[in-house]
Order: sequence, then structure tokens, then C-alpha cells
Amino acid sequence: MDFTTPPYLLKEASVQRVMLQVLAALLPGIGAYVWVFGPIILVQIAIATAAVLASEAFMLKLRNKPLGLFLGDGSAIVTGWLIALAFPPLAPWWLIVVGAFFAIVIAKHLYGGLGQNPFNPAMIAFAVCIVSFPALMSQWPPVDLKAGFADQLALVFGFAPRIDVMSGATPLDALKTALKLGEGNTTVATVMANAQTFGYFAGKGWEWIMVGYLLGGLWLWQRKIISWHGPAGFIAGIALIATVLWLWQPADFATPLFHLFSGGTMLGAFFIVTDPVSGCTTPKGKLIFGFAAGLLAYLIRVFGGYPDGVAFAVLLLNICVPLIDMYTQPPVFGHKGSK
Amino acid sequence: MNAIIQQLFKFKGGVKPQTNKTISAHEPIAQAPLPARLIVPLHQSIGGTPNPLVVAGDHVLKGQLIGGPDGWLSSAVHAPTSGTVLAVEDHISAHPSGLMTLSVIIQPDGRDEWLPRTPLNYRELAPERVREILRDAGVVGLGGAVFPSHAKLSASKTVPMEELVINGAECEPFITCDDLLMRERAEDVVRGVGIFRDLLAPKRVLIGIEDNKPEAVAAMQQAVKSLGEPFEVIAVPTRYPAGGAKQLIRVLTGKEVPAAKRSTELGVQCFNVATAYTAYRAIAHGEPVISRIVTLTGNVEHPCNWEVLIGTPLGEFIQLGQPKSDTNGYLMGGPMMGFEMPSLDAPLVKATNCIIAGSPTLFPPKAPEMPCIRCGACADACPHELQPFEMYWFARAKNFGKTQEYKIFDCIECGCCSFVCPSHIPLVQYFRFAKSEIWAREADKKASEAAKARFEFRNLRDEREKAEKAERLAKASAAKAAEKKAAAATAEASIEPATGSDGADTSGAIAAPVDADAAKKAAIAAAIERARVQRAAAEPKNTDGLTIAQRKEIAEIEARRAPLQEQTDPNAERAKPGTALKEVKG
Repeated sequence: MDFTTPPYLLKEASVQRVMLQVLAALLPGIGAYVWVFGPIILVQIAIATAAVLASEAFMLKLRNKPLGLFLGDGSAIVTGWLIALAFPPLAPWWLIVVGAFFAIVIAKHLYGGLGQNPFNPAMIAFAVCIVSFPALMSQWPPVDLKAGFADQLALVFGFAPRIDVMSGATPLDALKTALKLGEGNTTVATVMANAQTFGYFAGKGWEWIMVGYLLGGLWLWQRKIISWHGPAGFIAGIALIATVLWLWQPADFATPLFHLFSGGTMLGAFFIVTDPVSGCTTPKGKLIFGFAAGLLAYLIRVFGGYPDGVAFAVLLLNICVPLIDMYTQPPVFGHKGSK
Repeated sequence: MNAIIQQLFKFKGGVKPQTNKTISAHEPIAQAPLPARLIVPLHQSIGGTPNPLVVAGDHVLKGQLIGGPDGWLSSAVHAPTSGTVLAVEDHISAHPSGLMTLSVIIQPDGRDEWLPRTPLNYRELAPERVREILRDAGVVGLGGAVFPSHAKLSASKTVPMEELVINGAECEPFITCDDLLMRERAEDVVRGVGIFRDLLAPKRVLIGIEDNKPEAVAAMQQAVKSLGEPFEVIAVPTRYPAGGAKQLIRVLTGKEVPAAKRSTELGVQCFNVATAYTAYRAIAHGEPVISRIVTLTGNVEHPCNWEVLIGTPLGEFIQLGQPKSDTNGYLMGGPMMGFEMPSLDAPLVKATNCIIAGSPTLFPPKAPEMPCIRCGACADACPHELQPFEMYWFARAKNFGKTQEYKIFDCIECGCCSFVCPSHIPLVQYFRFAKSEIWAREADKKASEAAKARFEFRNLRDEREKAEKAERLAKASAAKAAEKKAAAATAEASIEPATGSDGADTSGAIAAPVDADAAKKAAIAAAIERARVQRAAAEPKNTDGLTIAQRKEIAEIEARRAPLQEQTDPNAERAKPGTALKEVKG
């Protein structure tokens, strides 16, 4: 009996348990993803998992840390899955590996490993790859792509040429490009009338993946793995600016609903903004972090040059975390009202 | 019963560990048999260590004072039964480190013979006298903190006493001693609360009991009703640490007592139910605190509550519960804040509310510690709304100033943060480490400041003495010069009257300054002597406030010395002027 340190009773909780629940919460979204883009995403998830575990093992070995304990904590796998879900499903295998390697080696272990990284590793992977390989990172297959699993596999592993039909854009990107090309003569309504790209309230197919992430996120909240502050702030941030601009010029700006169910909004809100290590820790801080990230994500995705802005928004806010936390410390028991 | 519906408040945080209480609450309180030996530590409460009043060989009666309170913040200790004092010596105590403390070891004579007891009606006594009686009866907080109760029974002079909170929450898992006490002896508890109420004169008396003890709540309500007291017995939600004084005060009154303040400054005072019980027994029956109810539970065949004499060795006590074969240690207190007893020889004390036999299945070995992932579970669980992970971060970095900015001294070490931590970080240990480091540093700082002050004072004194000496010299030389002048003047004068009465006048003029010098010297010597006497009077002699044992020892040494001194007496006589000289010089 380890009697050196009270309490002697401990709750059954572990980092591994937390991470496994996060992975489980991703499953509804992944299910919708498979339904929309085909099972190729499962291959990408497998590649990412293998890559992060290999990178993690490599770094743990270098740093003389117990392999079993840290490989088993599941944190690297969460990073891997998020990378796979954020990258285009037909991205070449090595792109995922580069992202995974960067996330684990540079963004995580060079900063001290689990619990020490100031930046979200998955978002670092996304940012590095979209800056370094903008074309590959922007090519999303159309949702009604008539290509078999074998063809997709061949594409991912580089046995088939990357033909134009495979290199579509996300609905978010498509809307932005169409509006830009239209030079004021096109309206959001006419662009979104294209039923091939757009669905009921957002991108065709995409909207259901987003609903999947939303459901998973709500489950995490119900399990008290995440608090509501971060996601609520993030969604409020995007919704607020989207609503204002949409009310102001509905012809030029899509509905808030479209923005909430497009790109990386829901994945970001429930799985990225809520990363405890790189995010704020105080309730108020989480709200501010989420809200500011939401605003920035909208600005970057609508006015910037990248297909989406979640990654950059989150990374920029990661820098501000110590400051936000410092100024949002909640009052301590018995010290309220007296500063 | 009271018609007012008590509004309950909430404290943030807290956890809900498995309570494990029912296993030991089935049976009534049993009387533990007389042990073969009793080890009664003298220091059983916060404050000064009581002085031993007995020596080996003395015969003591049950309830006889064996340790007299040392000052106001101290509490008496009594013989738990009649018997012979075997020794007054250092003995291993109920402390995690196995600390040795001065203890009175008694061999019971089996007669269990009481010292004559004098039941009192406290209403006829001055409040001051009641507090004295409580101190001399060894009444201390039995909830675990063992703070001398009499010291908490003076109302603040500036803040009116609004609520008296009586703590029957008993939130730690496994422990049921207060539960059983309230079930079986509710009326005496309520009578004890009545004493506290009369001393403090609060507007309301609130008795808080966790709602997982419905029998205790009912018994207390019944007792309050039958005694016609206006006390409110309130079932509070079961959530650890609802029995923390500050948490219970928060739940019942809505007031938050910060670490730096006493609850009386907010018009609240809090006592444990068992403390109220012992206070009543002490006054109304003249029985000092010589026993208490201890839960014996965990990995034992027969979990139960026992009325045990203070000083019963752990080894003898656990036999009453028949520990199972895989028992590998004994906890004193609950599993959240308790500690492992260092030895089976360690005695049960006033702070011992529970003994839990541990086993690998009951308390499985802890998983390895992982890095903090800043998940904030600890902050959500902290009943004092601290940010444990931030304090952990700074404690680890030994940045103790920062830990204080995060209010580390508001931490009550309840263990909620460690309980929920998914990385299995022993957070409380880090905080204890930080606190003790800060205390040690502050003690160092104080010591160095005192040394600096001493040094500076010495310098100052040297300077002053130098200046005084210079002044004296200057005066002396001035006097000499004046003398010379005077001599010259008289010489001149004597020349004129020429031969007549020479010498007579001159001698008088010379004699005067010499006399002045001697007088000054005498005055200085007198002043030094006065100062020395004053110093001696002001400074306590190290022979003051000695215990009986120490006085005896001194007497023995003096007796040994006497013949030696007679032999060397002439030398001693001769040495005296020398020392006197030194003193004058110094």
C-alpha cells in the first residue's frame, strides 16, 4: 500500500481515459465522413496513427522516457486523428506523415512533451502543411466523386496521377472563389443554388459531418471531459460576426448557419479549442479564447487567402493564453469582492 | 421543531468518493476493554505542551491531571484509568513521521478508580470559570484539529456573534464515530451545544449533518425538541468536504471565511458534535476527556465503533476488529486526509476519530504520475476555488512567491484535487512542501533579521559608549585644565599675600575636583549596578516555568554540587571581585 501520500482513495481517472473518450467522441463525425467521402478517411486515420506513434516513440526514446506509459496515454493518437480529419481525404500519404512528424516532434516534444506544448500540435501540422503545400492541402474531392476505393488508395499512395476531377475545393472555398470571380455580380444565393456543392444549410455532405462532430462534442460536455465555455465562445464568435455581415449584405456574405456547419467549425469548437494543454484554463479565459478564435477564424476564412481559418486563429490565440489566464483568474473562496 | 425552512448555500467544487460508511455503522458503540498499558502523549492539542505533573512510580487515579496546561492556548491531559506511572518519557506518537513525544506511560491497576468528580451547574459559574474548567478538563476539537475549545469560546468584542455552527457532517469516507455519537447520545450533545451557546450568545444555532445520516438527523432533531432548544438541525447534501469547517459554514450561513481571518470576525463559530459532548460531560459530570469514540473499519472482520481510552496502543485496539490477513497498514483518520500510523506501538489520541485497516484491494497502489495536462479537473474540484494546477506548476519550480499569489495558504489540504487528477499527481504533497518551504524561509528571514537587529544595536551601543568615554575624557581634561588654572591663580594670589597662610587655601581648591571625580565614578558604578539588577528582573530566568521532572533533576544536581562547592569555596570567594571588576569594565 502506498501510504505516503493522502488521499488514499482516488477517482478512477487517467489521461488515457480522457483521451479514449475524446477519440470515441470523434466517431460520429468520422462515420458521417465515411458516408460522404468514402472509407479512404479510415486509411488516412491509420496512416496518421502509425506516424504519430512512430514519432512519439522516437522522441520518447531520445528523451529517455518510459515508452509504454506515454505511448499508451492516447494523446498522440488524438493528435493523429485530428490531423487526418483536418487534411484533405485524398492527400498523399507522405503529407499526413510530414504533418504528424511536425506535430509530435516539433510542436510537442521539443517543447517538453505531454502537457508542455504551447501550441496545438494538430493545428501546427495543418498550418505547416498548408503553408508548404498549399495546392495539395486545398484539393478536396467533390462529394459525389465516382471513384472506387482502389482508385482512391492508388491516389493516396501515389500510384495514380492526381487528375483535375479530384481537385475540387471545399464548399467554403468554392463560395469564396465564386464570389471573388463574380466581382460583385454574383450573390451568395446564386452560388449556393448549385446543388452539387451545397446542401440544405451548408456544404453538401459537409453539413452532416459537422453535425457528427457536434454530437460527439455534446457527449464530451455531458461526460465533463470538456466545459461548455470554449465551444460556446467559439461558436458565438463565428455566429456573431457572420450574422452582422449577413444582415448587412446578404448578397455578399453567407448565413451564419452556413459558417457554423462549414470547414473546421465544429471540429474546431469541440476538439481543437477545448485542448486543455494549449488552451486557456479559467472559465472566463476559455470563453475569451473561444470567442476571439471564432472571430479570427471567420475573418481569415472569409477575407484571407486560405480555405479556412480555424488553425491560424487557434494558433494565434495559443500565444495569448498566459495573458488571458493571468487576467481572468477567478476569485478564491473567501476573497470575493475584496481585491 | 423549527418552522423556518433553512436556506442552504452551496460551496463550489468537492467530490463524491465512495462513502463506505455503512460497514461500521450497524452496531452500537462498544466499550473497549482496558489495555495492558496506556501511552498518554502530553501534547494532544494545538498550542503549548502540557507539563508533566507525575513521575515514574506515582499512583494515579482515573481522571487525575497528569499534564497541566502550559499557558492559555494549551489543554490539560488526564490519566485515562487508575494505575501506576511506569515512565514519563519520549514515545512514538500518532504522527506520520513516527515523531517521538513526551508521554506518560501508565500500567492500569484494573480497578478503574475515579478521582472524586464534582458535577457543576455551569449557569452558576462565571463564563471565565467555565472556560477554565474546559481547559483543565482537556476539552479540544475532536473533529481532528484538536484546537483547545475554551480558546474558541470568547465572542469577538467588535463583531456580534450571529451563528454558532455545530459540525456533525462527518464527510470523510469510512468514519462513523460522530454518526453513532449523535444516534446514541444526542441529548448530551445538545446539552453541550447549549453550553457553547450560552458562552457565545449567538443569534442562531445551526447543527449541520450530511444527509447520508438520516438516523443521526432524526435523533438530533428529537433531542433538540425534547430539550426545548431553538437549535436548527439541518441535513446538508453529502459531498466531501462538506464537513470542513469553512465549507459547512458556507453551506449553512452563506459566509466565506478566508484563510487570513477567523470565523469569529464574520460572526460565526464552529464546533464538532463530539466536542460539544465532551464539554457537557466535563462540566455536568466532572469527567475530563479520557476517552473518545473511534471507528475501527476497513479490512477487518468486525468493523464497529469503540469507546476507547486515550493512550490505548494501536496494536491492542486493532485486535478488537480482527484485521484480515492481507492487512498491510493502518490509517488514522479518513482516506482523504488521514495518514498511516507509523507503528503498532503508537497510541490513540484525542485526534483519532477512525482507524482504517488497509489492504491492496481497498487502497490499490497508485498509478504512475504523469505530466499535468492542465485539464482543470483539480480547479473544478477545489472547494476553495483555487487553481491547484497553477500552484503545482510553481511549487515544482520552487517559485514559492507565485504559489502565494495563487493563495496557497487558502488550501485546506482536503485532497479533492489529488482525488480527481487524471495524471495521478500527488498535488497535496506539492502544496505541503511549498508551504513548509515558505514557513522555513520565513523563519530563516526572521532569525537573520533578529541577528541583524542585535548586531546593529551592539554597534550603536559601542558608538554610544565611545562617545560617552570621549565626553568623559574631555570633561576630565577640562577639569584638569581648570584645576591648573585655579592652581596658577592661587599661586598668583599666594604670591601677593606672600608668606602668611600658604598651602591651606590651595589644598582646598585641589581637593574639590578630586572629590567630583570620585563621585562621578561612584555614580557610574551605581548606574551599572542598577541596570544589571533591572536586566535580571526583566529577563525570565531559565529556572522559571520548569516541569516537576526538571526541578527534581536540578535539585539532584545541586545536591551533588554542594560538597564540591564547599571545597572550592575560597576560590569562589576570590573569583567574585574579578567578575565584579569585569562587569564594571564591560
